[in-house]
Amino acid sequence: MYPGAFEYHRADSVAQALSLLGRFGEQAKLLAGGQSLLPMMKLRLAEPRHLIDIGGIAGLDAINEQGGRIRIGALARHDAVASSDLLRRRLPLLAECAAEIGDLQVRNMGTLGGSLVHADPGADYPAAVLALEGEIVVEGPGGRRTLKAEQFFLDLMTTALKPAEMLVEVNFAPLSARTGGAYVKHRQPASGFALVGVAAVVGLNQGGAVERCRVGVTGLAAAPFRALAVEQALTGKTPDARSLADAASHAADGKDALSDIHASADFRAELARVHTQRALEKAVERAR
Amino acid sequence: MRVSMIVNGEQRQDEVEDRLLLVHYLREVAGLTGTHVGCESSLCGACTVLLDGRAVKSCTLLAVQASGRRLVTVEGLAQNGRLHPLQEGFWEEHGLQCGFCTPGMIMAAHDLLSRMKHPSEAEIRRGLEGNLCRCTGYQHIVKAIEYAAQRL
Repeated sequence: MYPGAFEYHRADSVAQALSLLGRFGEQAKLLAGGQSLLPMMKLRLAEPRHLIDIGGIAGLDAINEQGGRIRIGALARHDAVASSDLLRRRLPLLAECAAEIGDLQVRNMGTLGGSLVHADPGADYPAAVLALEGEIVVEGPGGRRTLKAEQFFLDLMTTALKPAEMLVEVNFAPLSARTGGAYVKHRQPASGFALVGVAAVVGLNQGGAVERCRVGVTGLAAAPFRALAVEQALTGKTPDARSLADAASHAADGKDALSDIHASADFRAELARVHTQRALEKAVERAR
Repeated sequence: MRVSMIVNGEQRQDEVEDRLLLVHYLREVAGLTGTHVGCESSLCGACTVLLDGRAVKSCTLLAVQASGRRLVTVEGLAQNGRLHPLQEGFWEEHGLQCGFCTPGMIMAAHDLLSRMKHPSEAEIRRGLEGNLCRCTGYQHIVKAIEYAAQRL
């Protein structure tokens, strides 16, 4: 299987990538790790005339803590996120999520930014980025702008990124004390994508009641989302088997669940409820 | 586009079509047919090679993306006529039947063993999630990698 013909361009800086993107417009695609784009090009689901390789832009894969935020460059590989000491210490939910993506070879090439802009409905990262209330920084001809994760994912493989923009960074506040996070998924066995994946962040107050609850769900619907009904149901409650089960029962509320050869809509909704409960249980355990 | 890369220790320069996949570059331009073309859709892992020491699927990488980098294929493992411990392990532990998946298994295991010296059986199986074998049932492949881990 060969991709259709295209002209290859290598960008050495964000400015150069944006300039090429401006020149070729909708005929161009950015290539980072290529783990989603190249398979789509081989199936001719994507046929860009120009491919702009941003994979070699120096420094765009940095992972560090600056100004009270943990900053991850768009080109950080899944494997680098999964094995970063800083992230395992300060943002373990994200490292745990990255370790669940695809397989060893895919994690060695695929990038955080690439996964987010591709916005596959079964991608793992969006759930974690939503639950951690990540900020997504994009750069375009007019400069930089920052989007909240909730504003970023619009629909099936559709994000708020404009054609002339590129994602350059994702940043997060580190988790505070008495706060735990967890990502659990039901893997589609052939592809490794999430049939459903749930990321939960739970913060407890001195008395042990839930002060903060954030839940991101991927795989269930066309776009990943924050399960607000779950968050509301649990906030203020003392987490126990009953309150967690009750909150998790709202995981698919108001959502049109996807249905395909791998799972019916009803099965996906049930997976979302079950995995939400498991993610909440783990997050609570880690918060204590 | 002109590409330049080090393949199994040898510096190469070639003129290739922009859309040429790395696996076809290795097999058809560099003449290294040890890397196999399997599913061509990034699932089976038969085309796994090392890119700067890390396992990647060469069917899901363009040759131009590898320009300036260092590649190792299964042909680059044996030194001075002596098999690499991983190759020896597959031989001694009967880690292959038809042999189609073997080069990819070996290269993925190479990356795994560079990260952990003595992986458990579960860690080996997890490390090989991206590689499929239709003959062996994996048991002997796991043993072959354990064999190599003891000798590396």
